[in-house]
Order: sequence, then C-alpha cells, then structure tokens
Amino acid sequence: MTATTLSRRHFLQASGAGAAALVIGLNAKGALAASTSASDINPFVRIEADGTVTAILKHFEMGQGTTTGLTTLIAEELDADWNKVAIEFAPADNSKYANLLFGMQGTGGSTAIANSYMQYRQAGAAARQLLIEAAAKMWKVPAADIRIENSILMNGNNKAHFGEFAAMAAKMPVPEKPAIKEPKDFRLIGKADLPRKDSHGKTDGTATFAIDVKVPGMVYAAIKRSPRFGGVVTSFDASDAKDVGGFLDAKTLPNNAGVVVFAKNTWAAFQARDALTVEWDFSKAESRSSDQISADMKTVIESPEFNTRKGITNAQSEEKLGMAAKVVEQSFDFPFLAHAPMEPVNCVIEPTENGVTVHDGCQFPALTQPVVAQVLGLKPEQVTINTVYAGGSFGRRANPTSDYHLEAAMAFALLGKSKAVKLVWSREDDIHGGYYRPVARHQAKIGVDKDGKILNWSHKIAAKSIMKGTSFEAFAVHDGVDHSSVEGIADSLYGLPEFAVGLSDVQTPVPTLWWRSVGHTHTAYAIESLMDMVASETGQDPIDLRLSLLDKSDTKQRRFAGVMEAARDKSGWKKGNKRGFAAHYSFNTYVAVVADISVQDDTVHVDEVHVAVDCGVAINPDVIRAQMEGGVGYALGAILHSEITLSDGEVDQTNFPDYPTLRINEMPKVNVHIVTSNEAPTGVGEPAVPPTGPAVANAIFAVTGKRITDLPMIKSGLSFS
Amino acid sequence: MQYEIKVNGKTQKVEAEPGTPLLWVLRDELDMTGTKFGCGVASCGACTVHLDGTPSRACQTFIEDAVDYDITTIEGAETKVAKAVQEAWREEDVVQCGYCQSGQIMSAIGLLTENPSPSEEDINSYMNGNACRCATYVRIKSAIKRASDKLEA
Repeated sequence: MTATTLSRRHFLQASGAGAAALVIGLNAKGALAASTSASDINPFVRIEADGTVTAILKHFEMGQGTTTGLTTLIAEELDADWNKVAIEFAPADNSKYANLLFGMQGTGGSTAIANSYMQYRQAGAAARQLLIEAAAKMWKVPAADIRIENSILMNGNNKAHFGEFAAMAAKMPVPEKPAIKEPKDFRLIGKADLPRKDSHGKTDGTATFAIDVKVPGMVYAAIKRSPRFGGVVTSFDASDAKDVGGFLDAKTLPNNAGVVVFAKNTWAAFQARDALTVEWDFSKAESRSSDQISADMKTVIESPEFNTRKGITNAQSEEKLGMAAKVVEQSFDFPFLAHAPMEPVNCVIEPTENGVTVHDGCQFPALTQPVVAQVLGLKPEQVTINTVYAGGSFGRRANPTSDYHLEAAMAFALLGKSKAVKLVWSREDDIHGGYYRPVARHQAKIGVDKDGKILNWSHKIAAKSIMKGTSFEAFAVHDGVDHSSVEGIADSLYGLPEFAVGLSDVQTPVPTLWWRSVGHTHTAYAIESLMDMVASETGQDPIDLRLSLLDKSDTKQRRFAGVMEAARDKSGWKKGNKRGFAAHYSFNTYVAVVADISVQDDTVHVDEVHVAVDCGVAINPDVIRAQMEGGVGYALGAILHSEITLSDGEVDQTNFPDYPTLRINEMPKVNVHIVTSNEAPTGVGEPAVPPTGPAVANAIFAVTGKRITDLPMIKSGLSFS
Repeated sequence: MQYEIKVNGKTQKVEAEPGTPLLWVLRDELDMTGTKFGCGVASCGACTVHLDGTPSRACQTFIEDAVDYDITTIEGAETKVAKAVQEAWREEDVVQCGYCQSGQIMSAIGLLTENPSPSEEDINSYMNGNACRCATYVRIKSAIKRASDKLEA
C-alpha cells in the first residue's frame, strides 16, 4: 500500500502521539511551526522516526502533475532523496491549506504551483534548517559544516538520516523566514527527467480513485435526473425497477431534482434507475432547441448589455469604419461542451463517529465541506474529506454548487444516515448532466487603413455567465460583467486602437461551468482567427502583425512577444508558408502555437504542433511538456468534434459514440519549447488549450482557403483523421 | 446466480445476476478495481481485460460468457510483454490522471503480444478504441515503441 492510499484516519493513527516525527505546517496564527505530531498541526511535510519524508499536498491530482510539483518544492529545499519521498493528500482545512490566490482550499485556474511555490519551499527549508540545527547540537559541530545529500545529513565521519533528529528538531523554534535556496543551487527544480510521483500506481491498477472506494455496508446509488434542465419530479413509478435484481429502494430527492435509486451494486443501480418511470414538471425548464438558442443569441448580441472596456462603446469604435480602406467583419459560434473526464463523477459518503467522511477526487474541499454539512445538519468540520486521485476534471469537479456531493449527501440522508452511500454517474449522466462550457457567439468589425494598420476593433460577445447566481458571483462579477465571459479579449495584451468589447448575457437554465481554460476557450479562438484574417487581407505576415501590436517595454507584452518569436524560430516559420499561427496569454502564462496540417480530399490531419511556453521558472519541465501535449489534444478534440446540442430542451448526445473526443490516430506530434525564465512560476494546466484551436483553424485557412467560424469544425464539411 | 470465473489464474465463485457485465463483477464483487468504468458501451476501452489473452471490453462481456475464458486484468498482467509495457509507461511518464491507463496498458500488451514491432499505423489502428481525455497519446505511442525495443533487445 502506498502512502497515497492511506486514509486520513490511518494517517492520524500512524502519526499520532508517541511517534517521534517532525511535522512542519502552519500554527493557529498562520506562521510556520514545528511539532512532533500531526494531531495538533496540519502539516505540509512530515518526517518519521525512520527518516521517511511525506509531502502533504493541499492540491488534488487530476493529472496536472501537482503530486510531482508540490513534492519537488519540499524535496528541493530539504535535499531529500526524490525516490523516497512519499505523498499524501491534505485533509479539508481552510485555515491551513487555503489556495493563497483564492483564500480557500481548492484547485483550479492553473494556480496550484503559482500559489504554493514559496509556501512549500519555505516548509521544506524550515524542516531542513531544524534538522541541521538538531544534528549540530548532537554532533557538537557548527551547523554551517553540515550538509545534506539525498536525505542524509553529513559532517566528517558523522552520517545519519533525517529520522534520527526528527524528535529533537520538532521541539525547536521555527525560523520566521527560513533561508530558501538560490536558483543556482536547484537540484530538482528544473530537472528534465524527474519521474512523476503518481506513475507507478497508475500503471499497475493500484492507484485509488473515488470510484474504487468500497467501505463496509456500502449501498450504491444512481439518480434519474430531469431530461430537461430545470425540470422537477412530480411523481414516479418504480414497479419495473423492483424487478431488477439487487434493487433496494427509490426515493425522490428532497429538492425534487431527481429520483435516487439504491441498490446492491453499481450495475443494479444503473439498471433499476433506467427502469424508473418519472413524471416531470417542465414549466421552468429549458425547452428550446439549439437552433432557437442560437437565434436568440443573434438577437441579444446586437445590443450589448455591458460595455466591458471602459470609455468606449461598440458604436463609438465603429465610427472609425467610415475611414477604413478595408473592413474585416466576422461572427463565430461556439457550442456547449461537456468536460467528459474519463472517471465519471462519483463519491462515497461514509458515516463516522463524529459526522461523515466524503471519499472523493475532491477539487474544492472549501465548497464541498459546507454543502455536505448543510444537507446533513452537521458543522463543516464534522465533514472529513478523504481526497483520492481524480480521473480527470477539466473543471468539472470544481463546482460552486458541489452538485454531485450535494446529491450524494441527499441520498445518504434519505437512507437514514447510517449506511455508506456511493453515488456514481454513468457516462450518459455525464453527457446529459449539464455544467457545460457555455454557448457563446462573437461578432467583430475591424477597420484597417490602406497600409494595413488597424483603425478600430469592435467586438461583441454573447455568452451565458458561469459565475452569476453562484457563490462566486461577488468574487468574479463586477458592474454586471462576468469577467470569465470576456477574459482573453477585454484584457488582451495587444495594443488595439478604438477597442470596444460589448457583452450580452445569454439566459438559459442549462447549467454552465468553467471548462479547461474557461472563457479563453472561445475568446482566443475569435481574436486569434481575426488576427489571421486581418493579416491575410492586408498581406501581412501573421506573426509580424501581432508583434507590431506589442510594446516590449511592458513586461507582459515582452514575454508575449517572446513566445511568439520562440514558436516562429523553433518551428522554422517562413513568411508566406501554409501553416497556422496563434498565441494567447491566460492564467499568467504565455503560449504560442504553430500548427502544421495536411489535407487530402477534404480530409484534414493535424500533423505537428509546435508550442512555445513561458510559465516563469520551469519547476518540472517534463510535466510542463505533458500539459502542453495534453492541452493541445484536449483542445483539438473539442475543436474538431465536440458539441452538446438540444432538441426541445433535451440533450441530443448520450455517450462517446455521439460525443466524440480525440483519439490516438488524430493526435499530432507536439514539440514543446519552454522559454527560460526567472519569473515566478505560473500555471500550465490550461494555457495550451486556448491557442491550439485557432492555430489549427488558421492552418486550415492557409491550406484550403476555408475559414471555419462555426464549431466544431466537423460541421464545415471537412473531415478529420 | 452463482458463477465460477477464472481471474488471473485463480478460480473464484461470485454471486451475480445473469447479464451483469464482467466489469462490475470484477469491481464491485471481487474488489479488483484496476479495471475501470468509462462509458459502459465499449467505446472508451477503460475496462479492457484479456479473455484468453485477447483484449476485450469487460463492460460488454456478460458474466455468463466470462466463465468460458481465462481472464487477465491489470492486477494480473505479468507476462514479459506486460512488464516491458509497464516499465516503458513509467520511463516515458505517460500518465496524467491515469484513469484510462489500465485499459491503455492492457490494449498495448495485446498489440505487442500479437505484433512485437508495430508501425505508427499499427499503433493508431490497434489503440484507437482506447480514449484518453488527458490526451497522453504522444507518450502512449513513445511507450509502445520503447516497450517494443525492450522486447527486441
């Protein structure tokens, strides 16, 4: 059993009073402190008497590499033996494990490394300093003469592992600002081939995901939800469900959002659920079809509700069109998208002596804990969260409503709160289940003078707000503008004259959510396609055009230009070549992409994608490369194939056969170039997604002359292989 | 009903309703959770196991049919090819979320057992039924080639 599969309970027992361990974490005042036991401190790092180092991770692992990243920071400062450092996911504790950029515990927005960089290094450095001081005392030598190599403290003939000094070090005061390493002394940060921490368990079937959790007496649950978003249960008939072997019971959820079926195993739960007959009240439900929603969007976009760039309206911007030698005018349409993580969402709620434990690939403990507590009449601290590996998320598991935890808690309560309940969504539940990337439409009118200089850029967006009506509204909505609807365009780094961005909210009961790179999923596609259109219509090189709009005396614009130049140079870009280029700044990271495609008889294959990324200090270059590769593939699958459509309010797609995602034969070669930087590290989970789509679209235009503006691309008449 | 199935060389008695997919018997009854549920319609490959050595989708194999085969799951992947594949997967650091990787690995073992030096096209066509939402495909390809090199060495 690896450390990551240990339950929180087991962990507390193992490291409870009596074990001579050194733990470093935050005390009640929020300052770094040391202790001998994890029962009075929720630590970042624990060192056992046998010398074992365990990094305790406040961020969950959905594939993005935080188990490797955060552990690198601890191990670097501690000079620990990489292969022997164990990992463990932190319990829910907002006061100790808050994401420093959110003020609460949760993972998202490509922030895990950015917010933990100094905190985890300092924790590792504090442990190192205390161990050295303890060894200095015991060996009676100056601390400065002690060095650490691969978890071994050394001085002359003295040699000992960390554990020998753990108990002594735990009683020493922690320096207020432990000395962290100079970048020149980094041994693990920046190391090209540091093996991932989660590789072994994920290649022999032993890694535990929530769907793998089984506790004694557990009952399995599945839910029949309204076929139209916003519908509520009026009655149900379970007589056919009762014929399913293993069926236990069926009950209406207290919020009337569905009927939950209890059964003896997952299969029986799915079968019995499918056998239910449910009557629904659709009076407040979405009953439109996608065509109607699109038509309605075309209307609302014309008169923006919000002017998101202060001081200039679309009408004012468009006054310049009269002086233009050329007008580039284009609209873009983006569908709803499901996240479709490979592990459908699920969790287990187990009764404990003092409350419950939620077993989950938990992305946002700060949201889940109070939601579950409220349903069950508990205090938040009575809800323990056992975070396990998450089989992908792409945004799905971080939900202001904590939807699947809420459902599981309701099911647990309906069953009497005495038996553990495992709620599992099927793939059909996932594809039908909402929380989609919002539909969006863009319309732009750009005037260009006879020399190819942009005179104005009037941009309008219609999109459903992700944040409005959620607990994130106060945080993310200002003056009525949900920033996530316009991010990546209203705050573009390009110096565009007479630049107006109007926004209209699209109203629909279809629940929407951030989807890997959020608003940038559509804003980057629009702005980077438009850049390409301006370049091609004015006979300019698309990279030169972009560079001409950036002022290198500004740090951000200089770094943005830097990735463009790197992608240009590393890909061997030549003026007039039939390739696609796009670049985008998101989550404080800069990415530029050159796409190479081949086309045969209207069938497009994306052959190769060159990515240049500037994400500050590259902590784990191989994880960065993996995220660039994965981001390219995730974007490409959506751009080429994916859409969720509605007919009379009901989702048309059901499962992977009709919601196709990228397959191995469609995956291009990906060449990643990481720009060397000493800036603070920034996220890599999302930023490769935004520029990939438009780079491919621009390549398709370069080769075929076809400009694809209605996604997914499969609707264009082209096919993809 | 009671069935007797042979999983990873061991004969096991299980209680299951006729028509229950092998996937759920493995996961919910035998606690062998390395085999994953991804779609339930043989479209994603996360549930790939070997039936008499041939990669098959456990979500479409009924328990009453499973009794006829020697079943191998990721937990029992121990052939020379299996070891080479798992090692290669680790050396290439293929995994991200890791959820589909049991299925990917079971398919790759099938491929390399049938065809020890597959071309790019062979890999694409054989592995096409295994979806990876993290899109680790670049590394899956490299790992298959690496495993192939190991087996030839």
